[in-house]
Amino acid sequence: MRIDISQKVILPLLGAACVLVVWSIVSVTVAPDLPSPGRTWRESQRYVLEPFFKDGEMNQGIGRLAFYSLVRVGKGFALALAIGTPIGFLLGLSRRFHQSFDPIVQFMRPISPLAWLPLGLVIFQKSEPAAIFTIALCAMWPTVINTAVGVRSISPDYLNVGRVLKLSRVKTLTRIVIPATLPYVFTGYRLSLGLAWLVIVAAEMLTGTPGVGGFLWQEYNSLVYSHIILSVITIGAIGFVLDRLMGLVEARVRID
Amino acid sequence: MAYLEVRGLRKSYGTRSGLTAVLGGVDLTLEEGEFVAVVGYSGSGKTTLVSLIAGLIAPDRGEILLEGVPVTGPGPERGIVFQQYSLLPWLSVRGNVALAVDAVNPGLPASERRRITDEFIALVNLTPAAWKRPRQLSGGMRQRVAVARALAMRPKLLLMDEPFSAVDALTRATLQDELLRIWGERRSTVMLITNDVDEAILLADRIYPMTPGPDAVLGPAIEVGLPRPRQRRHMSLEPAYQKARQALVEFLRAARTAR
Repeated sequence: MRIDISQKVILPLLGAACVLVVWSIVSVTVAPDLPSPGRTWRESQRYVLEPFFKDGEMNQGIGRLAFYSLVRVGKGFALALAIGTPIGFLLGLSRRFHQSFDPIVQFMRPISPLAWLPLGLVIFQKSEPAAIFTIALCAMWPTVINTAVGVRSISPDYLNVGRVLKLSRVKTLTRIVIPATLPYVFTGYRLSLGLAWLVIVAAEMLTGTPGVGGFLWQEYNSLVYSHIILSVITIGAIGFVLDRLMGLVEARVRID
Repeated sequence: MAYLEVRGLRKSYGTRSGLTAVLGGVDLTLEEGEFVAVVGYSGSGKTTLVSLIAGLIAPDRGEILLEGVPVTGPGPERGIVFQQYSLLPWLSVRGNVALAVDAVNPGLPASERRRITDEFIALVNLTPAAWKRPRQLSGGMRQRVAVARALAMRPKLLLMDEPFSAVDALTRATLQDELLRIWGERRSTVMLITNDVDEAILLADRIYPMTPGPDAVLGPAIEVGLPRPRQRRHMSLEPAYQKARQALVEFLRAARTAR
């Protein structure tokens, strides 16, 4: 029990303390423009303690800004799943489809969000749909690939059960293929959500839309560096929580 | 013509080093309501034989006729209990059995299908565990679910591929007794694959010994003269048991030395 507390609480706190110390040292030695932890807190207090205040488009509490970003990510993520899951199943189920589209998937996967966003702006003419397009396009690949791998690694034993029962194609899909693939699919969803959150900052920076990423870029341009750190910490914390939440969902669908 | 006729069944598997002939012309017959066992060493091609009769794989040569109709693919009229259970882990005991019941009785009303499902779960004494998932069950219980699922297809022929090889010896004895009871009640036609001579004698009417592969074939069937219902306790003292055992063991030993 005692070991448990020290491992789960004390050691992570120790790690965080180390980072704070290094941050303080860097801020007083090599990078005088970098706000110290204390100064960051003083200048960010209001954003954290009153997370939902709104003084203007870009001057809002961190809770409000995070909410805008989360809604945007939610839309992009939902779009990524809606497109990525069926593509993944098709890639796993059909050899022809795999041969036709797997090269495209491998080709598009490493393209950076920074490259997609201008194209999104060209296509949609507005920043909001362009941002969602970018998030979806960058975030869907883990879902696509995990789903395809999941379908292809279904135990032949399960498929034999379906064959002996002479299940129709649709029934084989709904009763055997989909449930057997679900754990892989959700691992894909978790990775996709992580990517979607990673992309949001870039998307908001480039489009200047209100949100944590947009705020970060605006505060850089206004030379309020402490708010950059505030944004960075917020992005990290939310990313961490999102991953944990998806991890819980993933654990629920895991078979063994 | 027999209920099940298997004639000249050959099957080879291609590997990088060439072709391995697993079965080299297997013949066997099975009458309706009969319990037949195939006994052989591990790796002699028994699972290949079951998979062929189940229609999961196609033979290179030879034919399989069930009630005179050639077997061309898998189907629920040849229910199978797989060696590794093959239960669907995301379904409960009920769900696994119901999948089979629903698949073979699409015309029946839901209440009737539910009743059949319950009947087969009760048959293998799993009613208290009906809502459990396979991972919550012991190996013996899982195998009982697999038996219930296969019987719930109401197959013309029940194929069992070393069904008790993955459970401990005590559980195995219980499962054998249970199978004996179920077979006594229902008189299904059963083909059991096993590497356990005593298991074969306890359960079967006739036993085919299988020569070790490659090119495995079946020896002449040995009749088990033991009366039914059988009791495992006194069995080993019966002359009929000793006779069957001796014939089997001698054939298998000679077949191995001949290799």
